[in-house]
Amino acid sequence: MSVLNQSGWKPEMGPSGDTKPATFTGNRALMLEEALIFEIGTTDTTGVDLPEVGGVASRLGGLERNRTIGLPGLSEPETVRHYTRLSRQNYAIDLGFFPLGSCTMKHNPRLNEKVARMAGFADVHPLQPVETVQGALAVINELAVWLIELTGMHGVAMTPKAGAHGELCGILAIKAALEARGDPRSVILVPESAHGTNPATAAFAGFSVENIPATSEGRVDLDALKARLGPDVAGVMITNPNTCGLFERDMKAISDAVHAAGGYVYCDGANFNAIVGRVRPGDLGIDAMHINLHKTFSTPHGGGGPGSGPVVLSEALSPYGPLPFTERHADGRYSLVEEETVGERHPHSFGRMTAFHGQMGMFTRALSYIMSHGADGLRQVAEDAVLNANYILRSLEGTMDAPFAHSGPCMHEALFSDNGLADGFTTLDIAKGLIDEGYHPMTVYFPLVVHGAMLIEPTETESKATLDQFIGAMRSVVQRAKAGDPSLKSAPHHAPRRRLDETLAARKPMLVWHETEEAVAAE
Amino acid sequence: MRYLPLTNTDRQAMLAVIGAKSIDDLFVDVPAEAQLAGPIAGLPNHASEMAVERHFSDLARKNMAASHHPFFLGCGAYKHHVPASVDHIIQRGEFLTAYTPYQPEIAQGTLQMLFEFQTQVARLFGCDVANASMYDGSTACWEAIGMAGRITKRHKAVLSSGLHPHYVSVARTMAKYTGDTLDAALPTLSPTTDSARLLDAIDGETSCVVVQYPDILGRIEDLSAIAAKAHEHGALLIAVVTEPVALGAIKAPGEMGADIVVGEGQSLGVGLQFGGPYVGLFACKEKFVRQMPGRLCGETVDAEGKRGFVLTLSTREQHIRREKATSNICTNSGLCALAFSIHMTLLGEKGLRGLAQANHALAVQAADRLTQIPGVELVNDSFFNEFTLRLPKEAQPVVRALAEKKVLGGVSLGRLYPKATDLENGLVVAVTETSSAEDIETFATALKEILS
Ligand SMILES: Cc1ncc(COP(=O)(O)O)c(C=O)c1O
Repeated sequence: MSVLNQSGWKPEMGPSGDTKPATFTGNRALMLEEALIFEIGTTDTTGVDLPEVGGVASRLGGLERNRTIGLPGLSEPETVRHYTRLSRQNYAIDLGFFPLGSCTMKHNPRLNEKVARMAGFADVHPLQPVETVQGALAVINELAVWLIELTGMHGVAMTPKAGAHGELCGILAIKAALEARGDPRSVILVPESAHGTNPATAAFAGFSVENIPATSEGRVDLDALKARLGPDVAGVMITNPNTCGLFERDMKAISDAVHAAGGYVYCDGANFNAIVGRVRPGDLGIDAMHINLHKTFSTPHGGGGPGSGPVVLSEALSPYGPLPFTERHADGRYSLVEEETVGERHPHSFGRMTAFHGQMGMFTRALSYIMSHGADGLRQVAEDAVLNANYILRSLEGTMDAPFAHSGPCMHEALFSDNGLADGFTTLDIAKGLIDEGYHPMTVYFPLVVHGAMLIEPTETESKATLDQFIGAMRSVVQRAKAGDPSLKSAPHHAPRRRLDETLAARKPMLVWHETEEAVAAE
Repeated sequence: MRYLPLTNTDRQAMLAVIGAKSIDDLFVDVPAEAQLAGPIAGLPNHASEMAVERHFSDLARKNMAASHHPFFLGCGAYKHHVPASVDHIIQRGEFLTAYTPYQPEIAQGTLQMLFEFQTQVARLFGCDVANASMYDGSTACWEAIGMAGRITKRHKAVLSSGLHPHYVSVARTMAKYTGDTLDAALPTLSPTTDSARLLDAIDGETSCVVVQYPDILGRIEDLSAIAAKAHEHGALLIAVVTEPVALGAIKAPGEMGADIVVGEGQSLGVGLQFGGPYVGLFACKEKFVRQMPGRLCGETVDAEGKRGFVLTLSTREQHIRREKATSNICTNSGLCALAFSIHMTLLGEKGLRGLAQANHALAVQAADRLTQIPGVELVNDSFFNEFTLRLPKEAQPVVRALAEKKVLGGVSLGRLYPKATDLENGLVVAVTETSSAEDIETFATALKEILS
């Protein structure tokens, strides 16, 4: 039902006012369909003008590519329109509330984009002589100092390319430390509530993975953990604040117990936003923690990446950290410790994790954000993030089942379950209903420890008015799911696409475009 | 603070709804001894946009930017002209500030782009399928070695000496912990690669052979014989492409029998950025798709029968399979994949071929000009836009001296292979469409002065 126009003007509805006529193009005003580049481009079209270069005798070793490659081109205007049209089929933080739990979808400041594009950062080659990149090395070093201070740790490895790569860095440092003392431990303990990257990383590095049980409060069961520790346990991977949105109160005791049993503590720092500036993980006895610069420190997610996952390390693990890293000398010059100089400077390093020196373009953005907030602002970030999440938790716990609401306040995200929905209605239906309301849904079906999990992370960059409207919308959608409103089962109704057939996609994977048989025949 | 919308009035009202007296009540689960009383001492407080920008401009000025000087560095990162529209489009908030497309109904923009990207990469590499990107070329290369191990159930990889030394280092780091063996060697300053060594090393234990094409010294060799020998022994051929523009001029690895082709996509759309973020390209034969790492976008239909795209085959991935996943990768290089794809769309096949031709022609001119300098010899018989010179003395100090003359004149092999004395006179020079005839002349003049 639409709201009546206050000015008194009444649109003429006509007899079929409520049914939408089909259009010739398939477009619906601003909702524009867009074909694939393979359908609109040709291999003879190009959107670039190239320099005129005289012909030369080829020295390609006789390997000229003669067959058609099949890459369509578009002119510049067509290209800009193609991608602009595609962009309008995306939801984004810039458009609205994006409470995707565990992903920290906060506002991405445009100052970050501006500084990252300065020629002195965007347009330098990673293998230029270090004398010609002193400013770039300074950025890496300054960010490293901030990360060390904010976490209270001993050292930091800057090269990991994202959170999961950071996990790998931490786990390899643990493995190297164990090897250095001749201790072949083979098990990593991971709570069931952990993100999938935790067990995947441990397995990738050759460890076997075992579950740590949780308490009914949604935290690590310290007694059960202690009982499992032993000479085969290399370490634990604990997310803190955890994926149920709770602070692991026993973190220090966990670290102490693991250390006493000869293991190391990896902390998944994906949720650092809840505590930045208020709590230093280093004070809780951890040995390694990755920081997702693309979460806590506002670098954009870009529709899936890139990220950056620096890993802070304890004194015990720092000697094993990866190459390369920057060093600041007494005279203010910076150098890079790479393979060339590592022998003397960092002999126990477990080696290199990536070509070159890490995600420079993310370092500039993150440092720009950190400097903008400063020590006082970052503390306020954590406080507002936690305040916003608790406001959502307490405003919705009467409408939705919040399995850990009794455990006390949440941190930066609020967790709900599908308990209480009408028969046949699921978390997915709530998510799709929220799409029609103009929101990006929360994280769904994660963590696995809660049935039909809905994990809502508002972040600190949302206003009270935004939260209030979302709470209203959420209540409405949940009421429909409780009442068994069939129109919710077929939501979304107003998005560029209705529900997509994922089973079909997986059963008959079509991962690249093929010309249809008719088109081929017509040629 | 400009990024925080809550006012103190809001905060008080919200605390009242929550039933908390102060913000401290919400942090009760943090043990008192771990709570900081106030902002961390010794760190600066918040700064204005102007102040932050000034700090960065000061630091940026301390770097020699590639486009301000004659520039000839390559070795896995190349300076190409990125059309203005690429950077404009990737800054649209709908692309920049979106997440991984987990809710496909409101992420068709990203998903369709990924489907187009996958198709472009597969065609460029001459493969059946490609994924939605990896972190970069070096990690894609290691993932390919891991994938070959899963497919063949063998754990010996034979690496060409022409593989980028950082890629070899990454593989070594991982192999130490997975128990794989790597058969690797240093390159030599000779016109041919060590394909004879590779052919010899392939046996019934070999999971894969890894060959860079063109290789680290810029040499180009046919992969067919290696592919045939590998297949005869049940091993896979992995080809690594660090300069995708080359494939506008030379045969695709897939055409020569490569089973998995990985690469660094930085050349198209992404820019130098001091080494990252870049974009790992990953393609293979269709029959191996279920062993691939990373995200895959696939075509399907919606409830009304309209074509749409979704992330698919996710039972390979960490969020479903946890410790049994094919990789731990989650966040990838989405926005760089978009930049790559836009640039490739602007080029099209015609533009890509033209671009490749311009690169090759300029590289040939530069090689001819530089080898006129007494004592400077060309190592390569074949090359695309990058070749290796043998200088009459150690190259690393020469590169520094060139930088003092404001010429960024290539990558010395001493930087990449410390302590390999046989290689220390080697200088790898990359020449792209961004190098003008005057740049080449300036470089040649400076090099001649330094060597004389
Ligand atoms: C709790 C947690 N751990 C780890 C990760 C992995 O981080 P990334 O996606 O940057 O690899 C994520 C993010 O998706 C996460 O939410």
